[in-house]
Amino acid sequence: MGLYESSRERRWAAVAMLFALAALPWLLQLLDQGFYISFASRLLIFALAATSLNLVIGFGGMVSFGHAAFFGAGAYCVAILAESGVVSAALAWPLAVGVSALLALLIGALSLRTRGVYFIMITLAFAQMVYYLVVSLKAWGGDDGLALARRSLLPGLDLSNDTSFFFVVLAILALVLIALDRLAHSRFGRVIQSIRENETRMEALGYPVFSYKLVCFVIGGGLAGLAGALLVNQTGLASPNLLHWLQSGTLMVMVVLGGVGSVYGGVVGALFLLLGEELLVEITPHWQIGLGLLLLAVVLWAPLGIAGLFGWGRRRE
Amino acid sequence: MSERSLDLLEVRAVSKHFGGVTALNGASLSVATGEVHALIGPNGAGKTTLIHVLSGALAADHGQVSFAGEDLARRSMHQRVARGLARSYQITSVFPRLTVLDNVTIAVQARVRDWGTSFRFWKPFSVDAAIIAEAHGLLAQVGLPGRAGRLASQLSHGEQRCLEVALALATKPKLLLLDEPMAGMGADESARMVELIEQLAHRVTLLLVEHDMAAVFRLADRVSVLVGGRIIASGEPEAIRADAEVRRAYLGDEI
Repeated sequence: MGLYESSRERRWAAVAMLFALAALPWLLQLLDQGFYISFASRLLIFALAATSLNLVIGFGGMVSFGHAAFFGAGAYCVAILAESGVVSAALAWPLAVGVSALLALLIGALSLRTRGVYFIMITLAFAQMVYYLVVSLKAWGGDDGLALARRSLLPGLDLSNDTSFFFVVLAILALVLIALDRLAHSRFGRVIQSIRENETRMEALGYPVFSYKLVCFVIGGGLAGLAGALLVNQTGLASPNLLHWLQSGTLMVMVVLGGVGSVYGGVVGALFLLLGEELLVEITPHWQIGLGLLLLAVVLWAPLGIAGLFGWGRRRE
Repeated sequence: MSERSLDLLEVRAVSKHFGGVTALNGASLSVATGEVHALIGPNGAGKTTLIHVLSGALAADHGQVSFAGEDLARRSMHQRVARGLARSYQITSVFPRLTVLDNVTIAVQARVRDWGTSFRFWKPFSVDAAIIAEAHGLLAQVGLPGRAGRLASQLSHGEQRCLEVALALATKPKLLLLDEPMAGMGADESARMVELIEQLAHRVTLLLVEHDMAAVFRLADRVSVLVGGRIIASGEPEAIRADAEVRRAYLGDEI
């Protein structure tokens, strides 16, 4: 993979998609399918989570198998704060980002001393430690998870209204994508992508490689925390499943499906996986076979992911 | 001022063992500012190990390395580069999937003292025109001006060796460690590399590891001979050529 470069067409396609999504609530109202608006929010939240993992895997070249820890930490943070009376989104959401980023700093500082398979295993191990810790704590609901009685409060907006919530999620996802598109073309973005390509040489050019990887890992963790904070608002429950390694695996599948190392890869992957699940589950309870075949096809014939097929993940030659 | 203080690099009694294998066994060496210092020796003598120890890729078991008067023992590889000690690799180590220009710009961009930190997340790199211009200049200097847009993997072996040198050069080193720059090159390519090194010698101190004796004796101001992990002789090319022990241990009939 070369350095990521956004084409003008790709940016226009992203803007077109944004407008299409903004029209979705009215469209669903028209079709009398208002129920789906909450599902649409869920899609966008997972898109955000997968995008944050793609920054770590696709740009930073760090195959982290413990991303669920940061995703879940964000969710739990909002639920715990709500229990103790902090219900303002302006306070709880940034705190969730901060807690997840701090957790990523701790786990990253230790894990990034290893490479390759060892890194995959140690991130998995840390994430499972967080999972078992939370499950064992009765105060945080143990196996049952922690319910969020009502959605966070945002001045001027009623988030308990599914349409308003959808727009807030859409706005946050759009802002994050714009920021990551900028980051990919910035000095920092070039450095982390070059580290992915040849880490030893980057060290020999004078880059403190460890620091760059750690910062990338922390940004990814913080964004996953943001996605978790949104998800607990969508579902009303901070469930231990969010912290489980299966969740890390699901996010990883989204990244591979969508396109590793493309800013929009995570979005495309999340949409395909969750929409595919929704459609296939109608046909057969064994819907995961279909998903498996899709994943196999992508790995074999579209190594740049679905985004790559449409030129969304295209890199310059 | 004593003559010693002119030494840019000072290696004192450095040893390095890998399990039971002794790669370096008390090697001592000094490189003076401005000279081209060649390091020669038979295969397995420890030349590349010494380069690894100097650049910080390996830590020595014993001994001391100082650069510009500073002990390097606790300095990581990137800290040494920031102080002006850069290396090239015997086995080409570039960024194969990046364009040639991106290869060089990422190397130029590394110089914090000129451009500031790369912890910049918002401003597009494409506006850093000075970095890009300097990269083009370096490509012209190493003889790759028409190759900027190619992928590094599409270059010939000789061209990749030149790119390798350009990357090391982009860090603006005081001392450049060139680990067999002519490795695997044909006669034409080697001749061009010798010319390139001759040009470099005017601006930067060089420690050159090389097997091509014709090139060594043409380029070097001083030569050190590494045999069995020790420097057995160090001096001007003519003296080395005449040294009986060097002839017996290494050069033999080659010259």
